[in-house]
Amino acid sequence: MKAYSLLALARNGLAWQKDWQRAWRSPDPAAAYDVVIIGGGGHGLATAYYLATQCGVNKVAVIEKGWLGGGNTGRNTTIVRSNYLLDASAGIYEHAIKLWEGLSQELNYNVMFSQRGLLHLAHSVHDMQEIGRRGNAIHLNGIDSEFLTPQQVQQMVPFINLNCRYPVMGGLLQKRGGTARHDAVAWGYARGADAAGVDIIQNCEVTGFQIENNKVVGVDTTRGRIGAGKVGVVTAGHSSVLAEMAGFRLPLESYPLQAWVSEPIKPIIDCVVMSNGIHVYVSQSDKGELVVGAGSDAYNSYSQRGSFDLIEHTVGPLVELFPLFSRLRMLRQWAGIVDVTVDRSPILSKTPVENLFFNCGWGTGGFKATPGSGHAFAHSIAAGSMNEIAAPFSIDRFNSGALIDEGAAAAVAH
Amino acid sequence: MSDEREAPNRLPAGGSIDRDRPLSFTFDGKSYSGYAGDTLASALLANGVVLMGRSFKYHRPRGLIAAGSEEPNALMQLEKGDRTEPNTRATCIELYSGLSATSQNRWPSLSFDIGAVNSLVSRFIPAGFYYKTFMWPASMWLTYEKFIRKAAGLGVSPTAPDPDRYENTHAHCEVLVVGAGPAGIAAAAAAAASGARVLLIDEQNEAGGSLLASATGEQEPVRAWIADAVEQLQSNPDVTILKRTTVTGYFDYNYLTALEKVTDHLPPGSDPVAPRQRFWKIRARQVVIAAGAIERPLVFADNDRPGVMLANAVNTYINRYAVLPGRNIVVFTNNDSAYRTALNAANKGAEVVVVDTRREVDNTLVESLKNAGIKHFPGHAIVSVQGKLAVGAVRIMPLSEDGKTVQGQAWELSCDCIANSGGWTPSVHLFSQSGGKLAYRDGIAAFVPDAATVRSVNPCFSAGACNGTFSTTDCLSEGATAGRAAAIAAGFPGSDVQLPASDPASDDRGQGDIHPLWLVPTVHPVGEGAAKHFHDFQNDVTAADIHLAAREGYLSVEHLKRYTTTGMATDQGKTSNLNALAIMADIRGAQIPEVGTTTFRPPYTPVTLGAIAGQETGELFLQVRQTPMHRWHVEHNAVFEDVGDWKRPRYYPLGVEDMHAAVQRECAAVRDRVGILDASTLGKIDIQGEDAAEFLEMIYTNGWKKLAVGGCRYGLMLNEHGMIFDDGVTSRLGEHHFHMTTTTGGAARVLNWLEEWLQTEWPQMNVYCTSVTEQWAVAAINGPRARELLSTLTDIDLSTEAFPFMTTSEGQVAGVPARIYRISFTGELSYEINVPARYGRYLWDTLIEAGKAFDLCPYGTESMHVLRAEKGFIIVGQDTDGTVTPHDVDMSWIVSDKKDDFLGKRSLSRLDTARDGRPQLVGLLTEDPAFVLPEGAHIVSQVLDKPPMPTIGHVTSSYLSPNLGRSIALALLQNGKNRKGDTVQVQLMDGTVINAQVSSTVFVDEKGERARG
Repeated sequence: MKAYSLLALARNGLAWQKDWQRAWRSPDPAAAYDVVIIGGGGHGLATAYYLATQCGVNKVAVIEKGWLGGGNTGRNTTIVRSNYLLDASAGIYEHAIKLWEGLSQELNYNVMFSQRGLLHLAHSVHDMQEIGRRGNAIHLNGIDSEFLTPQQVQQMVPFINLNCRYPVMGGLLQKRGGTARHDAVAWGYARGADAAGVDIIQNCEVTGFQIENNKVVGVDTTRGRIGAGKVGVVTAGHSSVLAEMAGFRLPLESYPLQAWVSEPIKPIIDCVVMSNGIHVYVSQSDKGELVVGAGSDAYNSYSQRGSFDLIEHTVGPLVELFPLFSRLRMLRQWAGIVDVTVDRSPILSKTPVENLFFNCGWGTGGFKATPGSGHAFAHSIAAGSMNEIAAPFSIDRFNSGALIDEGAAAAVAH
Repeated sequence: MSDEREAPNRLPAGGSIDRDRPLSFTFDGKSYSGYAGDTLASALLANGVVLMGRSFKYHRPRGLIAAGSEEPNALMQLEKGDRTEPNTRATCIELYSGLSATSQNRWPSLSFDIGAVNSLVSRFIPAGFYYKTFMWPASMWLTYEKFIRKAAGLGVSPTAPDPDRYENTHAHCEVLVVGAGPAGIAAAAAAAASGARVLLIDEQNEAGGSLLASATGEQEPVRAWIADAVEQLQSNPDVTILKRTTVTGYFDYNYLTALEKVTDHLPPGSDPVAPRQRFWKIRARQVVIAAGAIERPLVFADNDRPGVMLANAVNTYINRYAVLPGRNIVVFTNNDSAYRTALNAANKGAEVVVVDTRREVDNTLVESLKNAGIKHFPGHAIVSVQGKLAVGAVRIMPLSEDGKTVQGQAWELSCDCIANSGGWTPSVHLFSQSGGKLAYRDGIAAFVPDAATVRSVNPCFSAGACNGTFSTTDCLSEGATAGRAAAIAAGFPGSDVQLPASDPASDDRGQGDIHPLWLVPTVHPVGEGAAKHFHDFQNDVTAADIHLAAREGYLSVEHLKRYTTTGMATDQGKTSNLNALAIMADIRGAQIPEVGTTTFRPPYTPVTLGAIAGQETGELFLQVRQTPMHRWHVEHNAVFEDVGDWKRPRYYPLGVEDMHAAVQRECAAVRDRVGILDASTLGKIDIQGEDAAEFLEMIYTNGWKKLAVGGCRYGLMLNEHGMIFDDGVTSRLGEHHFHMTTTTGGAARVLNWLEEWLQTEWPQMNVYCTSVTEQWAVAAINGPRARELLSTLTDIDLSTEAFPFMTTSEGQVAGVPARIYRISFTGELSYEINVPARYGRYLWDTLIEAGKAFDLCPYGTESMHVLRAEKGFIIVGQDTDGTVTPHDVDMSWIVSDKKDDFLGKRSLSRLDTARDGRPQLVGLLTEDPAFVLPEGAHIVSQVLDKPPMPTIGHVTSSYLSPNLGRSIALALLQNGKNRKGDTVQVQLMDGTVINAQVSSTVFVDEKGERARG
């Protein structure tokens, strides 16, 4: 892999850009791999990257039905944070942030991880109690967390309407939170994985599993049968479909989740602002677009189409919180499919089928976990058992009741 | 305007401008004049202004390309102050008197822009360059980013709230027709003739579509027919025509959205009544899409210089606005449609040269050029453009047979305008949003809707240019057919409309035989040399960038889009998408349909956020719920708290009291005498039906069948995981009639919960649930003197024998009908007096008046919380959080072990849910009785120098108890049940460690005698 650098840009500029390499190859699938990862989104590519670079697994393939990063990796609102209430959540999301902090350099690909702060607003006594508890929990987990007064909120976000329908009573700030360039994460991991020998096979859909004596030995695809020592499934909204192919069910429901951007404007809002009381979150991309999202649609669907009322229910709150944005315009809206568990925490787990592992259920908040999820999943697959960070997220918890109910506990859209 | 000099490019006659209404306006501080009927773009062009903006990345000087909403370059900052609006297309702004616009993304001025240094180093900053640098040192990224962010963006946001008003409205129709060009009008006429309710929508300020660009005398029979049809539609009461309205989104079940610019064509704020914009939400039984087509540019070297325009835009400026964009116009085309522009421009006195990439051109066209004295260069291409701030000249050369190279004699043609056409792209956006698939049609070199893929949930028809049908005669008949079919599909008899006779001589030819030439070669290979071939003007994406993306493996059309940002600017690729993917197809050696298209995402054109929000801003954002007693609270200085949608009095400060002082006083009054609380916000659900008791058995953890009529019982609801979900007292009013109360914030959630179970799981149950929260006003009087106070207002026997604790009674209170519940959330003797809401204020006033004799004290939610905490009563959502079982809060007594089933029962037996040592509710007494623990503070198992520290619980409720004279707290503590008496350590954020003793949760009246007395 030829490294990217300022010098490389200069050299290639002089050569009319002729000497750039392909970021990743487009190989035909081999007959068999040690590990096959199904799903070429951020989590799947990160898993493959760490398998090849850290776990000593030589033959790894990523199989992707469409194009890399075309699922939720390329459809989210790019927010990264680790200010979670529960220890298990804090464990994996903080693990991810630590990896995010060196990711551009590690991958030699600028993923534009920008720690410009993430602010949760509190709009009621109940919200204040919630951030009070969460702020303490985060702090004691060794993660940065600060309480802000409404005046401090105003200083960070000058044009906010503190006296909105539910007046802003305070805020919880994670300075190390922020955003990253979502596509770049998929591409950076793909390039890194490819350089480490991983075969990335796009436009190849899995149609079934080869299972012998309750042990997975390969996958059937639209490009033929591919043998596999182990298989990791990282297919987000379609995980329940893949589980069904493998002969079991997962406690997942898939919903459309929508987001939108405004036309680009000069910098007006520097940090990420999240409000559960008013139900909206917003940040401004480096390109200048306001990136806005909120809750998921109320019905199950595998289609990447949402209903417009959800969009309306983000615009109203945004204008309520930031009345100055009223004259700006919505440029583009879209939807992804999110796979949601009953406790709104992910599944990283062994399954009833030996050597078949699932990483799914990230719901509305998977992007931020990408490096941590891939890292924990890779090490767990390589070891054949879930590591310390992944272990709490086993599917066993739905039987035992040891739920990681971040949604119930913190009432946080995540 | 006779006394002023006419603008240099304004034609002396023609156009649909109103020369009797001159309008003055400013651009970048300079004053100009235009006419009513002008757009800002046409008025500037008339005044000879060519330079109108700077591009996003390279800050290249840019002028107008188009005359419609596809314009990528001429984006303006419209107006100033609180009405300023960034990124507004000059082509879509109807001129009004006093308009003020400024150019964007340039400093210090439009003609001299420092940012243009990017253009000088453009060689080193190709597509995606930022992924390859700005990584060292890692700590510098935020600094680099600050500069990147400053350089990015286009216009500026207002910094003050929007003074204008917007509306949302709904519309229903049988046939929605999108576009009022020939096809749309024919469709509307045909559908209306059937009797269907028709909604006809067009983004222009007048109907006519493509005909608005035609010259006087062209296609007269059609124009006459259109005028007549529009008149008939206008007079038809079943037809609504919305002009200045753009259909922006197509969602499932034929739900479409549209933005109407109601008063944007008037000076801001000049209409005192009408909203600025209106957002339409339309449910249509059938849709006819007649959205037309957009001309696409040819991708040639430096095709972005100001003065390079789309051929039909030039035609539009000439014919509709009476503006001749240049005196020396080079028309550069690969199809027939631009010849019309050439002839019209020549007719208006311009020197015109036609450069056609095709070697063979239809003879009648060649003849017509000859007759008009227009030079013709078939088989040639523009290889370079001179001029930076404005076009000065072009070089043309013969094209090779395959169109890949240029060779032979070069000619230099001086010019001030290039009118180019790469063909027409049908506007398939809405069809694609509806979920339909596209098919590539070779004959017109474009994608068209595949009618076979119309989804059944979104029945629609495409007609006219958006369907790849370009001649006006064909558009009319296709429109009429679609309108008729839509009416039939909507259940009406089909009707025919009389269309004008076809006249091949005057009909427009459309594209003729188009020569698909996606990238116009120069003497240099693409990407080498200084010239740039733009396909996406606003985002500065060039053919070389597509080559780079392909070289690096970003081959999928979505990767191409995201890597190069092509099609992601504010025009959403209206002029660029097809060119981009065709160039990619060429590089890959693939057919265009193999490369595919990116998803067309709503909205079609950007939509004002204020319009989507509509009326639901400010006070109407989410209506405040107020109890019947609300005014009294306001009059008595209450400080309110938001609880759900409600405003509840939190406390009533007297004089200079702060919350602490007020709460101490209020709490003491309740324990010593009597207090009054407005409890009207509590959720109330009336439950009736034969199976009501059976239903409650399933909903609550405890037994309900044996509850006597007139009895009240506290209940806990669990979710499927066995976790506490809501609580409240429910009373039996009759054999089959219960009155349920819920938490204030949980009322709607609980009703939904009940309905979900009734409707989806237990449909056999005969139970009806009705929300009666707002039907009852509730005054709760609490305290040892509550009985005495109430007895002054009612004949009901209030003795404990006649009216014991946890029962209900009906009668008159203060002369109005009332239900009294003798239940208590404070642990005191308490009566919750419910009266019909209309008597609420009367009851309250009467109680306050009668209470004077007892020193009655109104108290708010904060005191209520303290009082209940003294009793160890939980607040669901504060002391529980969705992860807490009844056993965890020491309420095992409420979980029936006799019932076969109730919601959550199974989960309570799960391994983790049933284990010992879970977080359990306990009391905490700090060593320092004056210290009040902050709510949310955590209990640690071990105090370390700094985090991380292992935690074992947290404080859920914490107050200074006036009745105990010390602080009290409730906490969820791991294995709390077995830690009573232990000392635990609470670690605060500032590093302080507070010692506290684990205690019972009941701090006052452990036996509960006060409430029963």
